[in-house]
Amino acid sequence: MNSELQTAAYIAASVLFILSLAGLRDQESAKRGVWFGIVGMAIAIAATLADSRVPISAVLVAVLAVGAIIGIVVARRVQMTAMPQLVAALHSFVGLAAVFIGANSALLGGQFDSVAERVIHEVEIFLGVFIGAITFTGSVVAWGKLAGRVSGSPLLLPARHLWNLLLAVACFVLLLLFIGHAGLWTLWLMTALAFVLGAHLVLAIGGADMPVVVSMLNSYSGWAAAATGFLLGNELLIVTGALVGSSGAILSYIMCRAMNRKFLSVILGGFGSTQAVATAIEGEQVAVEVGEVASVLASASSVIFVPGYGMAVARAQSAVSDLTEKLRAQGKEVRFAIHPVAGRMPGHMNVLLAEAKVPYDLVCEMDEINPDFPDTDAVLVIGSNDTVNPAAQEDPNSPIAGMPVIEAWKAGQVFVLKRGQGRGYSGIENPLFFRDNVRMFYGDAKDSLDALLKALA
Amino acid sequence: MKIGALKESHAGEARVAMTPESAKALQALGHLTLVETGAGLASGFTDNDYQVAGAQVLPSAQALCQAADLVVKVRPPSTDELALVSEGKTLICFFNPSENKSGLNHAARHKLAVISMDAVPRISRAQKMDALSSMANIAGYRAILEAATHFGRFFSGQITAAGKSAPAQVLVIGAGVAGLAAIGAATSLGARTRAFDVRPEVAEQIESMGAEFVYLDFAQNDGQDSAATGGYAAPSSPEFRAAQLAKFSQLAPEVDIVITTALIPGRAAPELWTAEMVAAMKRGSVIVDLAAERGGNCTLTRANETVISENGVTILGHTNLPSRMAAQASALYANNVRHMLADLTPNKDGVIAHNMDDDVIRGATVAYGGEITFPPPPPKVQAIASASKTAEADTAGGATPAVPAVSEAERQRRAGLRQIALLVAGGGLMAVLGLYAPREFLQHFVVFVLAVFVGFQVIWGVAHSLHTPLMSVTNAISGIIILGALLQMGADLPLVQILAAIAVAIATINVVGGFLVTRRMLQMFRKS
Repeated sequence: MNSELQTAAYIAASVLFILSLAGLRDQESAKRGVWFGIVGMAIAIAATLADSRVPISAVLVAVLAVGAIIGIVVARRVQMTAMPQLVAALHSFVGLAAVFIGANSALLGGQFDSVAERVIHEVEIFLGVFIGAITFTGSVVAWGKLAGRVSGSPLLLPARHLWNLLLAVACFVLLLLFIGHAGLWTLWLMTALAFVLGAHLVLAIGGADMPVVVSMLNSYSGWAAAATGFLLGNELLIVTGALVGSSGAILSYIMCRAMNRKFLSVILGGFGSTQAVATAIEGEQVAVEVGEVASVLASASSVIFVPGYGMAVARAQSAVSDLTEKLRAQGKEVRFAIHPVAGRMPGHMNVLLAEAKVPYDLVCEMDEINPDFPDTDAVLVIGSNDTVNPAAQEDPNSPIAGMPVIEAWKAGQVFVLKRGQGRGYSGIENPLFFRDNVRMFYGDAKDSLDALLKALA
Repeated sequence: MKIGALKESHAGEARVAMTPESAKALQALGHLTLVETGAGLASGFTDNDYQVAGAQVLPSAQALCQAADLVVKVRPPSTDELALVSEGKTLICFFNPSENKSGLNHAARHKLAVISMDAVPRISRAQKMDALSSMANIAGYRAILEAATHFGRFFSGQITAAGKSAPAQVLVIGAGVAGLAAIGAATSLGARTRAFDVRPEVAEQIESMGAEFVYLDFAQNDGQDSAATGGYAAPSSPEFRAAQLAKFSQLAPEVDIVITTALIPGRAAPELWTAEMVAAMKRGSVIVDLAAERGGNCTLTRANETVISENGVTILGHTNLPSRMAAQASALYANNVRHMLADLTPNKDGVIAHNMDDDVIRGATVAYGGEITFPPPPPKVQAIASASKTAEADTAGGATPAVPAVSEAERQRRAGLRQIALLVAGGGLMAVLGLYAPREFLQHFVVFVLAVFVGFQVIWGVAHSLHTPLMSVTNAISGIIILGALLQMGADLPLVQILAAIAVAIATINVVGGFLVTRRMLQMFRKS
């Protein structure tokens, strides 16, 4: 295939990728949009395989087949509760591939017309490997934290910012040495340092900030692909990398805004360990039994569920769905209020509810549904904590002051499904639980909801 | 712990601090209950009722005070009564600490612990022990009944075969607990009810009880947040007072019943209903002055007396309306006391833990361990949403417009400076690139920058509910890195070939896995 035709194919693929992302503006167009992406990818790979530099060998076919089979199996098997882990794992693959491709380019060397061209090429290799390496180990650690293989609490080494700074400075010095022809060892050493840096950065971030971490790594994986594109002079890689990179950056921004935190303070980590002096809470937490919850729900005409990570942990989404169906069959208005950072990755709750066959038009965003709480009879908070904390609005000393929250407390009666009296991931006491119109419905969320379903029958 | 209820010695006092029902509840907390003989008679509880409820009846105040570790009563104790309570014991009653210096001194000297039910902080957690509110509720209700007894007409408007009667016109001044209870009783009897309060924010409560709020033609510029003074109205300015009196003078000829409930803690009652206003009222009208004990809101009021003015207006100066509904008042007061004791007995084991770190207990304790502990330090929790009110003022920006405006301009200026600095830095970087970078790199860079902008535009349009599919689809398309690995497969170095092969395999996982899982997720989204 001549290179003009290849370029035309790449342009077509770029357009299809953009259309694919644009399709995600609503559920119906997204179903078409994903086909644009698949076609675009097929065109791009086909055009590349037709390139004379690519040897079509048994090895290549075998490698592609192995990757495809693993991909199919993983995509079929993954539980929706485990989506954050899968996404993190896929980020790590992009990072690792970027490291390998960068290393290969360095091993292969090249001919350059000018010094500037050579220096730029070497900087591109270095940058591609650096971003790829950080993405790789960062994503592996994030995967470990999300899958429960690594402790979710932040690892706070003494002088950890200094360590990060030292590592970054060391990498920069190695870059100068690399350009000065000190040898390939500088690249290998930098790769090792970047691996350590990536792991350390994510280790220092706590469980509740995972939505930001996952979107940040998404962004990094895009920048790694873009850097590889510069390195290889491949514009499709540059375009795709830039799209993915900006997508992750926007998601990180949205997540940070939803937590009212600065991006820098999130990625530098350590949240949830500070002891802030917040206003003492007046009142007591009052527990209820399933019968009372059932009788309130039976007499309510509008109900809102506020699901959080606790629902995912208890795998209670199908029980929630059954309850929704039952209440709707009785002519009640049932809706869901989703906080942008509920769960462990952006949009996590929406996917879980969709999996449990909850119609998506019942599922509302926080800003959309907040004004409706005063007119709502009953609210069931299922495994949410910080996202329904009124202290964010009322207590300027609270560590989460100013964070936008779901105003569940404005409803007539609120039930909080919770395992016990513990605090949320941020370690902040929640005054919601002490309010007069709030009752605590303790127990495993799934068992509680099943009992509730029985009581309503 | 033995808890004993004294018989009230004050003339005309019919209430009692423990009812048979509250005695049972106290026993459930692990306490033993004692009562002086005849203590409940005036409220309708016989000694036998108490004995049935498990309380022990003792023959005299002296015997009771000796036997009990903790004495409960209603009124502030007389000197004699106080002398009966021996050292180290606890007393719970309306102690009136701000005007009962001698009592406080005695308590401190004899190391009594005194919990004064009228010093319970007015915060939401303490509402169940807010005896002042319980009593005010009864007083307001009873005030309407007293007025009805002296008023020679129906309250409700009626049209009968014999002719029609207009509804009674009721004016309630002061919409505290008593005022609101009076409004409720008056409207449920069918009267046309209006109410006035210096706090405009209670208009909503007044209207919710079925009364009209009387608005003053007065530009409100009150710097005081009356909610910050513990839920009481603050003394008002002279201009405000003039407008208020003018309004009342205008209303006086119209109204049949006036209930005044205006009280400011620690001061004489404000004079709101002057002799001229009484003179302007119709013959047969009734005024019930709930502030009679502190001099009255009406000029003609005399405490504990019924005055009839020259033009035939009856002015009732009852000072103890709750005692006129003793059974109800005792039941509520005894419950308030029981809730206080429940908080003092956190483990329900009959052992009193006088926790001075607890805001409510600390606030209500006026003498403890030989010291006078009144007035208490301000509670950590504000009484009523005063914080939210100041927050509103902040956001409206109306109260102090100058300060935020300046900082807003400053903020804008800083943002502008930062933007200029970024543009200059970016421009400088571009200039360096343009000077040194090769043409090919610059072409790539143009594509990169434009793609970033396209990405930003497109991604902002993505629905929040589709953020997870967005991530998985970006996972899939970032598998495009496979192109680089494919091109390197043909290299001559074995190491490069191996690394490229691994990269191809894992990038394929991304492409295939990412697209498939996205499709799977999107198919789950359905409409109802």
